[in-house]
Amino acid sequence: MELLVASAVGVLTAAGIYLILRRRTFPVILGLSLLSYAVNVFLFATGRLLVGAPPILNKYEEVAYTDPLPQALVLTAIVISFGMTAVVVMIALGAYLSSKTDDINMDDAAEAGEDA
Amino acid sequence: MSLFLIAALPFLGAVFPALLIRAGRNASASSAGLTTLLAFIGLMLHAPAILRGDVITAKFDWMPGLGLNANFFLDGLGFMFAGLILGIGLLIIVYARFYLSRQDPMGQFYTFLLLFQGAMVGIVTSDNILLLLVFWELTSLSSFLLIGYWKHLPEGRQGARMALTVTGMGGLAMIGGMLILGNIVGSYDLTVILQNKEAIQTSPLYLPALLLILAGCFTKSAQFPFHFWLPHAMAAPTPVSAYLHSATMVKAGIFLMARMWPVLSGTPEWFYIVSTAGLVTMVMGAVIALFKDDLKALLAFSTVSHLGLITMLLGFGTKVAAVAAIFHIINHATFKAALFMSAGIVDHEAHTRDIKRLGGLRHLMPVTFTIAVIASLSMAGIPPLNGFLSKELMLEEAAHTYWLGNPYIVPGLAVLASLFSAAYSFRYIGHVFLGPKRDDYPGHPHDPGFGMWLSPAFLVVLVILIGLFSGQIAEPLVQVVADAVTQQHPHVHLKLWHGVTPALYMSMVAVGGGLVALLAHKKLESIWNALPRPEAKVIFDQVIAAASQLAERVTVGLHNGSITRYALIMIVFSTGVSYVAFQTGTLPEATRQVQAVGPLPLLGWFSLIVATGFILYHHHNRLLALVLIGVVGLVVSMAFNYLSAPDLALTQISVEVVTIILMLLALNFLPKETPKETPVKTKIRDGAIASVAGLGIGGLIYALMTRDFAADTISGYHLANSYKGGGGTNVVNVILVDFRGFDTFGEIIVLGIAAMVIFALTEAVLGTKVRAYLLNRKPDLPQDGDPHPLMMVVATRVIMPLALLVAAYIFFRGHNLPGGGFIAGLIAAIAIIMQYMASGFGWATERQRMFYHGIIGAGVLIAAATGMGAWFNDLPFLTSAFGYIHWEPLEEFEWATAALFDLGVFLAVVGAVLLALESLARFAWQPDTTSEHAMEINPARDDEPKIKSEV
Repeated sequence: MELLVASAVGVLTAAGIYLILRRRTFPVILGLSLLSYAVNVFLFATGRLLVGAPPILNKYEEVAYTDPLPQALVLTAIVISFGMTAVVVMIALGAYLSSKTDDINMDDAAEAGEDA
Repeated sequence: MSLFLIAALPFLGAVFPALLIRAGRNASASSAGLTTLLAFIGLMLHAPAILRGDVITAKFDWMPGLGLNANFFLDGLGFMFAGLILGIGLLIIVYARFYLSRQDPMGQFYTFLLLFQGAMVGIVTSDNILLLLVFWELTSLSSFLLIGYWKHLPEGRQGARMALTVTGMGGLAMIGGMLILGNIVGSYDLTVILQNKEAIQTSPLYLPALLLILAGCFTKSAQFPFHFWLPHAMAAPTPVSAYLHSATMVKAGIFLMARMWPVLSGTPEWFYIVSTAGLVTMVMGAVIALFKDDLKALLAFSTVSHLGLITMLLGFGTKVAAVAAIFHIINHATFKAALFMSAGIVDHEAHTRDIKRLGGLRHLMPVTFTIAVIASLSMAGIPPLNGFLSKELMLEEAAHTYWLGNPYIVPGLAVLASLFSAAYSFRYIGHVFLGPKRDDYPGHPHDPGFGMWLSPAFLVVLVILIGLFSGQIAEPLVQVVADAVTQQHPHVHLKLWHGVTPALYMSMVAVGGGLVALLAHKKLESIWNALPRPEAKVIFDQVIAAASQLAERVTVGLHNGSITRYALIMIVFSTGVSYVAFQTGTLPEATRQVQAVGPLPLLGWFSLIVATGFILYHHHNRLLALVLIGVVGLVVSMAFNYLSAPDLALTQISVEVVTIILMLLALNFLPKETPKETPVKTKIRDGAIASVAGLGIGGLIYALMTRDFAADTISGYHLANSYKGGGGTNVVNVILVDFRGFDTFGEIIVLGIAAMVIFALTEAVLGTKVRAYLLNRKPDLPQDGDPHPLMMVVATRVIMPLALLVAAYIFFRGHNLPGGGFIAGLIAAIAIIMQYMASGFGWATERQRMFYHGIIGAGVLIAAATGMGAWFNDLPFLTSAFGYIHWEPLEEFEWATAALFDLGVFLAVVGAVLLALESLARFAWQPDTTSEHAMEINPARDDEPKIKSEV
């Protein structure tokens, strides 16, 4: 199980970084989304994995609970990453509509053949 | 009067001149004058105590953690300087009222002047060196404003910039020096530092600290090689020159050297650096001053020279020299301020400051002539004026000072400087006032009104009185100042006649030589003009140009506008740093048992990997990539659910819905395809970097998951106290609304701000020509025939109350079971978004009566009010309370203030999500999209259904 989660985090990170290194806004936004998943799962996994032990207190018997703290942290992180994605999307849209290009690099940088 | 008030008065008073200028120039000037007078009286009330040798303190702990305390103290030295600053300030305020013309913005002038005055008083009364540094920088800034006061003059602007650059850089150096000093002593309080001479002088950091502090003092007090800014600062109005550049600001560096004298002086380093710089400055300034034709330039270089004299005396490091320096500070302030004001009067009346065009003014301006003569003779060192006394003391000290074992260098150069000093003083009298009356003055010179000559006249009266009755007037003050500077009790005895001493002979040589030099001025001037000299301004401009060119090259080289490049550098760098950290650290053995893998997680993992792979491969098709992102999000939320995090699963899946809708809205206007423009080489490079980073992150989390916590976590506390202390069994929710409520409070504010930013950006973009483009835009994809399908419209309207009910249910159960404000808010938002999607933006907007801004605000306010409720029970912000109620026939149920807080979270989330999506949707709005009926097709109506055809 741990290997599956770790490899998924690794793949999501790699894909996210690759897309962030593209030149157009939309792939970069997709890359940021993938990276957000990776980061959220990463943070969640720092609480170690446990199956069938949600941090809902059981009044009737003694049972094991998973670590609730990373969960609370990640819950707000998910909501905030929505806010961040929304702002980035808005900036990308405004930039495209105003300049009619969705290239994230400045013109002179592109002309210089920088990181095409 | 409290020291706080004395230091604060000029700052407080600075508001009034600018405001009262509408009531007239007199009101403006009076407010400035009264403020200064009040502070001056407050200071003088302390005079008896100071002259007794007391030290007055006022302490206030401002930021004790940083060692920054608003501590003030007033001893003899501070008292003398504060007296000069406020006293001469008062005279300058009176003088400037008559000097400035109607076109000059006088309110501004007095406001700047008072700001400067406050900063200066702050410097001389600070007990804390950090506080002193703050005031120090303030004087640089306010003097920048004052030098550049005549904004229309390019020399004024350039002079202001040069002064700010030089003194500002010195100030930066001084910050370093002061911090070192504070570190050596372990305290930033001056009174403590002054007790630690041994520790400072034996420290290996003594020399760096000394050099840095002296850099600050030398730049401020225009000592060689930083003297060049002062003459250029003379582009300022004359009251500013008289105040800042003769009496006060340039003496700040001197003040600091005097203040630090007990702990820094007495070493060979101090002697050679300080006295040599002072000696060079004194001679050079005096020589240059003789050959300046501009009255103010002459006075400026003479000021440089006299500052050099004082610096040299402080550099000698003996008590007697320190006494001479103190006495000369007082004397120089009196005669030089009077001279500047008299030069200003000449300029004001004759409309020129060029000595070559003046002469013979004695007959036209008798009052000004009298003032100028007395002040100049004092500067030349003629008895019985005060300048003579301190010059004698200086020469006496110079006469027995050895420089590198040579007894003749210092006295010789001192006589030379005195000679030139006498020469330019005589020139000021001879070439401006004496000689025949001319008939080609640019203006019509005559004595100005009473208001303008009052201030310099008062000062020359002081010049005479101090000279004649030095023992009675100056001695007590000089004594306490000398005690403060030396931290000992040197014997001070000031008198006019010391008998026939070497100093007297030196003085006679200087005065006689000065007269000869003046008579031979023409000849000397032709020699001077033939000599090659470096022009400081040209060199300064070249240095500045080179520096800004270098800065530009570095900036453009690193910051070329390619965001991709920045991201690349950041990723490579952080990967590299992580690698180094991994290499240098140790990895303990794996301690945890891994969890078994069932078929379901394997399936989820497989779909996630495949979906991610497809995204990478097909990301040029943006719509497809978006759908696949949805798949990834779904797998992630299922994984959360499987791994015991139901709250996260619920949050993730609802965020997924709104995110995808948001991106779809944006994609509507963006190109649907990403062009294939990247060369294969770049792709391989990016792929390699991404793979390495991914491997690193994956490896890191795997290593983390297979090992136990290195230290005890605080989670146990949360689990144990969630029910007992928070009244809820859903620990995650209790953490959010109770244990870490303050964090959540911050989160919802951030979320609200993000939504507001989106709204503001929408407004900004739609305010430009983009709006016209959007209105005329044709969709770039074929549109569906029916934008609002009947089935979907009906279904969403039926579902809406149900969805809201689910939201309410999720909200209320959140404290004990998975759910809560965040998730309920997202669900409610989705319920409303469905209406927008099915029935159209126009239809939904018409029925939406509440501003989303208001909902966000209400949410934050409710959360804040809940938190503040705790104050009424004398508990800290956001302390929660809960209890149980039993109403028949209901079952016993719980109430908790946390639920009210959660309501705030709920509202903020609803408002933020909807505001963000609504803003984006407004891009698609077109005038004819609103249907006049609630539903496009209604069997009860017999009109033709108005279905928009394909466009």
